[in-house]
Amino acid sequence: MALLSIRGLQASVAGKQILRGVDLEVRAGEVHAIMGPNGSGKSTLAQVLAGRESFEVTGGEVLYQGRDLLALAPEERAREGVFLAFQYPVEIPGVSNVYLLKAAVNAVRKHRGLAPLDAIDFLKLVREKSRLVEMSEEFLQRSVNQGFSGGEKKRNEILQMAMLEPRLAILDETDSGLDIDALRVVANGVNAMRSPERAMILVTHYQRLLDYVVPDHVHVLAQGRIVRSAGRELALELERRGYGWIETEAAAG
Amino acid sequence: MSSTVKQLDDWISQPYQHGFVTDVEQDSVPPGLDEDVIRTISARKHEPEFMLEWRLQAYRHWLEMKEPRWSQVHYPAIDYQSIIYYSAPRGRGDGPKSLDEVDPELLRTYEKLGVPLHERAMLAGVAVDAVFDSVSVATTFREKLAEQGIIFCSFSEAVREHPELVRKYLGSVVPPRDNFYAALNSAVFTDGSFCFIPKGVRCPMELSTYFRINARNTGQFERTLIIAEEGASVSYLEGCTAPMRDENQLHAAVVELVALDNATIKYSTVQNWYPGDKEGRGGIYNFVTKRGMCRGANSRISWTQVETGSAITWKYPSVILRGDNSVGEFYSVALTNNRQQADTGTKMIHAGRNTRSTIVSKGISAGHGQNTYRGLVRVLPGAEGARNYTQCDSLLLGDRCGAHTFPYVEVRNPSARVEHEATTSRIGEDQLFYCMQRGLSAEDAVSMIVNGFCKEVFKELPMEFAVEAQKLLGVSLEGSVG
Repeated sequence: MALLSIRGLQASVAGKQILRGVDLEVRAGEVHAIMGPNGSGKSTLAQVLAGRESFEVTGGEVLYQGRDLLALAPEERAREGVFLAFQYPVEIPGVSNVYLLKAAVNAVRKHRGLAPLDAIDFLKLVREKSRLVEMSEEFLQRSVNQGFSGGEKKRNEILQMAMLEPRLAILDETDSGLDIDALRVVANGVNAMRSPERAMILVTHYQRLLDYVVPDHVHVLAQGRIVRSAGRELALELERRGYGWIETEAAAG
Repeated sequence: MSSTVKQLDDWISQPYQHGFVTDVEQDSVPPGLDEDVIRTISARKHEPEFMLEWRLQAYRHWLEMKEPRWSQVHYPAIDYQSIIYYSAPRGRGDGPKSLDEVDPELLRTYEKLGVPLHERAMLAGVAVDAVFDSVSVATTFREKLAEQGIIFCSFSEAVREHPELVRKYLGSVVPPRDNFYAALNSAVFTDGSFCFIPKGVRCPMELSTYFRINARNTGQFERTLIIAEEGASVSYLEGCTAPMRDENQLHAAVVELVALDNATIKYSTVQNWYPGDKEGRGGIYNFVTKRGMCRGANSRISWTQVETGSAITWKYPSVILRGDNSVGEFYSVALTNNRQQADTGTKMIHAGRNTRSTIVSKGISAGHGQNTYRGLVRVLPGAEGARNYTQCDSLLLGDRCGAHTFPYVEVRNPSARVEHEATTSRIGEDQLFYCMQRGLSAEDAVSMIVNGFCKEVFKELPMEFAVEAQKLLGVSLEGSVG
């Protein structure tokens, strides 16, 4: 059974139709890349899956572990193992990074019927995971994302993902705005998280992230629909030819 | 309205938790104010002649004063003739005797408010003076404190039993003519606390006063005076609540602090007067003058306030830094929700050499709340090497509230260093969504964001009360995000 099953998903924002019937099946252990031109609905899809309220679902269904994902509140989805790495992580002044991490980890643990981690175990875990994304401990004490560079923000997202160990991770343009070193660090973090129990959806405009994180499947989203699905070679073809031809084909079809 | 916002609204709109009324017979003077009323108040308190004279002079001066209008707060004209200026639970003499003589109904009231007055039941290490409308009904741990020469009693008692101290210090920091409300208070003040810490004594426990307004149409005009002699130190905390009523009630207090050489006074307030309902009906007008004088060298006065209640809060706990090397501090969290208004801040007057002051102000506005920081840093010509640091942050929840900042700086000594930082931020849907995507509930997310914002101030509160303050903030966040 698929971990995530999206059927005919339609969504609009402020009355404007963005997703026009998306179909996608994701199994545990798989990494899917969703590519597409600007405005094709990639980020909308990511936000809808995470439960953002400014997007209205107007049709279709999403099953996650066999359950109706769209019926769950955003925090319930998170606790059930759906993680979104944000394209633009927000700043929260005065709240230390480590505090948010601890609150998040313990909220998820509580949902799973586990006791909250005590300070010592938590610190041990957070140190171990910080090494994964090459973040110094000093970062943990700083306010969430405040004064972080673009690369630091994205590494912080991966750190949160590593701490929460989701079953379904959606990475929304995690590669955008990264220099080559930061991209490598982020990709290493993502690769370390690959596991037979976990599925990942990489939303990206460019294929360069896919040089580091090799996907099992590549999909092209255009005008609110998945218009082509193939293996990794599709990403390379898009790199070579751009998106124009595929949009033309989609419009013709 | 989206469901997150709806959820927040429900959670945020928790009712005021201290709004009950205590059913006791009250002995009140009829509404209205004239010299006879003042004579009556003074007579009921068996005051010495000098006190009555002092009141009458203040009253005559008050008659010539105009109500100030320069603040950002708006309210209908107050009819001073419709206020009851003295109201006390019937059936007790003057001055609190032992706890056994206190009306059990009153003891139950404080119990309900979480301020038990039985010494064995109390928070360890906190002495309480309980003020109910116009009188102090009980003061705990007096004997224990007296062993070290500390005087902690109701103000009325101090006037009778320590007239020389009262005469020496009363009005020395806030003169009766200081401002409209201070003059009114000087004329009609009823009760409050008096603390005297003698030379070289560190007060072994927190002193606190719990103010409760109960009677209808009554104004509370409390007067508090704290004196720390050379090398003495004390930490004092006040708490305030009132029943829910549709009318507004005036609370016009005066608090004076005097610190001599090397003395330290730390004054903390958790103000939770009834804020009025969602439409702005009822609630307390909290118009208060609080000022400390660092009279001696190396003295230190620190104000910490958490202001979550009152329909209107209008006050500026201030420090006059007269002694060389003296230090003044002001840490404030002011929250306005629904139709609440706050115009609050501080004045730091640098007169002595190498005087230092720190101001940290955190304003939180939700609903239709209006929150104003107004602060003055004045460096006088003789204040060589004076330093001030001011940080003033505003947090907005939703888009119907407002934050305003009025920092006034007057520097008349070129060696002074004055720094000011200010920020305004908003709890947005994106911040909430971010936290919720990490598994936090909407409530926990708001609470985390707001507490993070206030952290620098909460760490200044005595431990027992920091926890209370955090809870209070959670409960007081009525209004909405959207």
